[in-house]
Amino acid sequence: MRNAFAKEVTELAKDNTKIVLLAGDIGNRLFDRFKEQSPQRFYNCGIAEAAMTGIAAGMATAGYTPITYTITPFNTLRCLEQIKLDICYPNLPVTIVGTGAGLSYAGLGATHHSLDDIGVMRTLPNLQILVPGDAIEVSACLRAAVESGRPTYIRLGKKGEPIIHDKDFTYKIGRVIPIKSGARHLIISVGNMLGESMVAVEKAKDKYGLDTEIVSMGSVYPLDKKFLKNAFNKFERILIVEEHGFVGGAGSAVLEYAYEEKLDTKKLTSIACAKSFLSGVGSQENARRKLGLDSDSILAKLTI
Amino acid sequence: MSDFKTARDFGRFKIIEITRAAKAAHLASALSCYDMIYYLYNHYMKINAIDDPKRDRFILSKGHAAAALYVSMYQASLLSAEELNSFGSIGSILEEHPSPKLNGIETASGSLGHGLAVAVGMALANKNKNIKNNNIVLMGDGEQNEGSVWEAALFASANSLDNLTGIIDYNKWQATDRSNEVLALNPLSSKWESFGWQSLEINGHDLNAFRDALNFKATGKPKIIVSHTIKGKGISFMEDDNNWHYRLPNEEEMLVIARELNQ
Repeated sequence: MRNAFAKEVTELAKDNTKIVLLAGDIGNRLFDRFKEQSPQRFYNCGIAEAAMTGIAAGMATAGYTPITYTITPFNTLRCLEQIKLDICYPNLPVTIVGTGAGLSYAGLGATHHSLDDIGVMRTLPNLQILVPGDAIEVSACLRAAVESGRPTYIRLGKKGEPIIHDKDFTYKIGRVIPIKSGARHLIISVGNMLGESMVAVEKAKDKYGLDTEIVSMGSVYPLDKKFLKNAFNKFERILIVEEHGFVGGAGSAVLEYAYEEKLDTKKLTSIACAKSFLSGVGSQENARRKLGLDSDSILAKLTI
Repeated sequence: MSDFKTARDFGRFKIIEITRAAKAAHLASALSCYDMIYYLYNHYMKINAIDDPKRDRFILSKGHAAAALYVSMYQASLLSAEELNSFGSIGSILEEHPSPKLNGIETASGSLGHGLAVAVGMALANKNKNIKNNNIVLMGDGEQNEGSVWEAALFASANSLDNLTGIIDYNKWQATDRSNEVLALNPLSSKWESFGWQSLEINGHDLNAFRDALNFKATGKPKIIVSHTIKGKGISFMEDDNNWHYRLPNEEEMLVIARELNQ
């Protein structure tokens, strides 16, 4: 996903001279093409996320469309108040991109895990939250965020996630991204869980002949309320799969909506991470297995 | 240069009046930096229109001195009397800390340590766009406690932002104690020098000195004006008495204030 981000932001900045890219001393060589193409619009802000966020806000008040980029926990919780007061309060067109969300950096330890960012960012007024599921969705979400001219948080995985879409598309913020239609069961896959969720859907078909519908959530705020309302009528079970804690996460957002609308919350199953500081999990793959986020665990929940 | 005493006496009285009416705190903090804000809005900054991209920009990063900002904006005809007098009342957009919803306010301030980074972003953007304006931010001395100030300071000097001016309202007090005792602030001026800034030290109530410092060209680097000020400046019984960080004058004290300010 991060290579797709680097490619798309470079493409966008070619024609849109308002775009400036601010990075927190990360992405060694990742932005070489951007720097070559638009040297006056790339800034390494150093390991200083609070300042980077404030600087982005200042540039936005002077007509630029800044994009900040660093590892998820440092670009969200570390500079939370700058996001809230400098960007969201005046409603400025800044896009905050967190890379390596969830357990992308499982082996780096709890300092680099991000299982709380959606929950925390979701409390901020005016902030759109986008959760692309593969490289194609990253490009589509980034274009939509820049186009929207509103504060937006984009949650990226790392690199090498399976590519699910076979062609580029235009994303409308606040809509789910349909992947495969089906009956009875629905999986709402959040961000970088799309590959794993797809495998679970395939296994369900192969092993149990289940025709499961799957969408990529696309946007946690605003929610696709129309889709959700229909889904609660149409499906027997709705699974929300996220590499994030349950508290405040995407599943929690859907649950809040279902509660408000008096929908049948018994249909909902959340597949999310327990609230804990993980240690010794090694790889992302192992961490997912341990937490019940791997395709077999999803399959088990689907077929209970 | 005239020292604009009449205008400043009037402004100080207005600050006290509206703060008292709103039962707001931070009177002494506003009186401490008012002279400089008054001068910026009324005799220095060029603001043809509040949405003119070429305008000079000012951020009151110590947002708790909002009354000084509003009075200065009123004196510069950027706020009406009606707006000014609504300060702190229900439904008013003139809150006790400046809101970005108020026209002419460049960013939200009130949580300390935010203004410098935002001003840095503005200075960087304007430099890139070849807009020759002034980007000015006024901070408190207590605000220098915040780490984000120093993050932004390093970025500004690394990027040679000579269109950026920082001002420190160095009144030697923060909310509950002497600012040089709470944290090791001194030597403040050389701290900024060592961060790559041009530093100038002045008496922040001497408008001639302030004008000269503003006009000083720091080529290739940002400039900080370390302004020695007196908290509660202008009222004999408030000066350097930190109780007025929160206190408001009673009727009797108002009579003394009116006399001292020739109102």
